Amino acid sequence: MGGAGGAIETMELTRMQTEETSDQAKIRELDAFIQSLGLDGRDAAGRRAVLIQILHRAQGLFGWLPEEVQKHISAKLDLHVSEVYGVVSFYHFFKTKPSGRHVIDFCTGTACFVRGIGKVIEQVEAQTGTKLGETSGDGRFTLGSLRCVGACSLAPVLQVDGKTYGRVTPEQVEAILAEYK
Amino acid sequence: MPLVNIIIDGVKTQVSSDSTILDAARKVNINIPTLCHLELHNKETVNRVASCRICVVEVEGRRNLAPACSTKVQNGMVIRTHSPRVIKSRRVLMQLLLSNHPKDCLNCYASGNCDLQTLSNDMHTDSNRFEGAHSDFMVETSSESIVRDLNKCIRCRRCETACNDMQTVGVLSGVGRGFDMVVGPAFHAPLEKTQCVFCGQCVKVCPTGALMGKSHVEEVWNAINDPEKVVVVQTAPAVRAALGEEFGMEPGKCVTGRMVTGLRRLGFNHVFDTNFAADLTIVEEATEFIHRLKHGGRLPMLTSCCPAWVKFFEHQFQDLLDVPSTCKSPHEMFGAITKTYWAEKMKIDPAKIVVVSIMPCLSKKYEASRKELSSSGHQDVDYVLSTRELGRMLREAGVDFQSLPDGEFDNPLGFSSGGADIFAVSGGVCEAALRMAAEVISGKELDSVDFEEVRGTKGLRHAHVEIAGMEVNVAIACGLGHARRLLEEVRAGKSHYHLIEIMACPGGCICGGGQPFVDSREEIEVMKKRAQAIYAEDAGKEIRSSHKNPYIQELYKEFLGEAYGEKAHKLLHTGYTSREKL
Ligand code: SF4
Ligand code: SF4
Ligand code: SF4
Ligand code: FES
Repeated sequence: MGGAGGAIETMELTRMQTEETSDQAKIRELDAFIQSLGLDGRDAAGRRAVLIQILHRAQGLFGWLPEEVQKHISAKLDLHVSEVYGVVSFYHFFKTKPSGRHVIDFCTGTACFVRGIGKVIEQVEAQTGTKLGETSGDGRFTLGSLRCVGACSLAPVLQVDGKTYGRVTPEQVEAILAEYK
Repeated sequence: MPLVNIIIDGVKTQVSSDSTILDAARKVNINIPTLCHLELHNKETVNRVASCRICVVEVEGRRNLAPACSTKVQNGMVIRTHSPRVIKSRRVLMQLLLSNHPKDCLNCYASGNCDLQTLSNDMHTDSNRFEGAHSDFMVETSSESIVRDLNKCIRCRRCETACNDMQTVGVLSGVGRGFDMVVGPAFHAPLEKTQCVFCGQCVKVCPTGALMGKSHVEEVWNAINDPEKVVVVQTAPAVRAALGEEFGMEPGKCVTGRMVTGLRRLGFNHVFDTNFAADLTIVEEATEFIHRLKHGGRLPMLTSCCPAWVKFFEHQFQDLLDVPSTCKSPHEMFGAITKTYWAEKMKIDPAKIVVVSIMPCLSKKYEASRKELSSSGHQDVDYVLSTRELGRMLREAGVDFQSLPDGEFDNPLGFSSGGADIFAVSGGVCEAALRMAAEVISGKELDSVDFEEVRGTKGLRHAHVEIAGMEVNVAIACGLGHARRLLEEVRAGKSHYHLIEIMACPGGCICGGGQPFVDSREEIEVMKKRAQAIYAEDAGKEIRSSHKNPYIQELYKEFLGEAYGEKAHKLLHTGYTSREKL
């Protein structure tokens, strides 16, 4: 195959290869971490005891916990995948879907609720074409929620990548989103 | 253990200090209801999550009610198991459980075998007292063997204990949180996509209808009522030792003759016996074993007639796929022979033949759908019904089972030796193979064909057998947790066995996932009774060794040629696939 098609394919391939190697590097780092815990000879209960710690580390590396990573951890610890997933799905903290490039968290505390965060959420959902708890199809935004962030005087409040916006109105949403590409 | 004195409902008793209140109560025949608690096989497997709180009792001097299943006795304890406070508390718990239950008992296959239903009846619960949120899960029907209706799940996690602790398959775990927590596979995957082996042990321990065998009764009725089809039925060795229980008979009675008559009444055109194919399996498997012994083949050889066990090693021991015998399981061999040899003999187009297997097993349902098991050009087996489903069909047809006269199987595929009968029990395949191998290797008739040393109900057994001056080491495992131990030895190169028999179900097929339900506490007793019935059937046979079955000899002479030969390979042997761990 030649011409433009070939060039695009080559590019695609290089991209995949770099992604693959970076994932492999993360797996290697995770393995080294597991190694450092010195699990040899520990029984199932002993290996279970470090599971959460390892999952934390893995999420730190990958940003979320892909199924393949959960399977890898289960093989490393010789625990059933169902058990590993049982733990992952129990804690809110663990993410089983990748996040978008930017994370928008809405405060759902009482003050924000009363002062109209609901309308703001609706507006963001409409403009990003996604729902609370999910990631937009273009991978740009993930919508999440937070408990009260202690900025009730600024209610309603949202955060984008940790930056706080107060007294947000549905009309301001477009401008806020425009700051994040 | 030191003894302690306690009083339960006014009854004084002495029990060992490591007993729970529940143990103590059972000892004096006081019945405390339980739901989440599960004890199997003399407590080899115990589900002790103490989450349902149905078993609460009042202990004098304690402010809170105590769960009997997890509270240890103490000297001087005074216990009341049905005080007004206890009853009230249990009733409220039941009402809460039922507030999120479909209460669709009339349409539920578990009706009559459901602990929740029984308890609700016993307690006269007003099941509609609380109106709560209702779970709305899809009924999961991905597999051929098991249907999961999580709307009926009470989250007792008994299934998880059976799957993880006893079978060490590890498919089931509590996943998700809060109201949406379910007991299921990783990533909420459908069972079909997991390493579930469909042994059905989870179905046996589920106290509700949340886990059930998949029914193929409708399909079988349709085939029977289709005038174009020739419907052939075969019955596994273990079915005859338990079918009577479906009709209220005591465990431990073989109902072979009545079963045959019953099947004819249902309208099956030919009533044959999987036992015939069990004899065929032995001829192939023992010949393969002798071949491996003589030609330095892979040892130990593992038996391969349990499809749950086969799937287990395909997922978990992918590096050992060359160790098991390549023999198909008996009912699959039966299908292949029926659609070739018998079809030719009878001048019937094999495409018109429908083979129905009546099995003690749920895994055989899945097995029948394995695409490679179709060497005749047609799927070897078309439908598999469990013993329970046969019971249902007979009841549906209004057959008065107890009063049926005895019938005889049709020939030639209905004749069998005693060696075939014992396929039903753990150790039986091994014993039947030894009966033949010993005579073939030594060239002499055995004085006694009883190899008592391989019998028993324990999960893991070993024996040495002398054959023509040669020491043959055999091991037998029933229950996959026990099998795993033997497999790990093989993997480590430390196994000194020549022959290993493995059955996924405790006790073998007599306690398979498709057999009539028994109270888990009584399973060991029932297992022993069913086994006795099988050994009696064997002892009553004129021919006890598979290779002496005259119809089997005829089959080789007329059709198959040599045992373990080319044609036999094509029709009766198979291969294994490495599968993912999930
Ligand atoms: S059928 Fe057997 S392997 Fe499958 S989930 Fe149930 S207990 Fe586990
Ligand atoms: S499926 Fe059955 S055994 Fe498993 S947790 Fe639910 S009710 Fe209990
Ligand atoms: S032991 Fe028998 S009943 Fe149990 S899964 Fe195996 S073949 Fe089926
Ligand atoms: S049976 Fe005791 S808490 Fe469930």
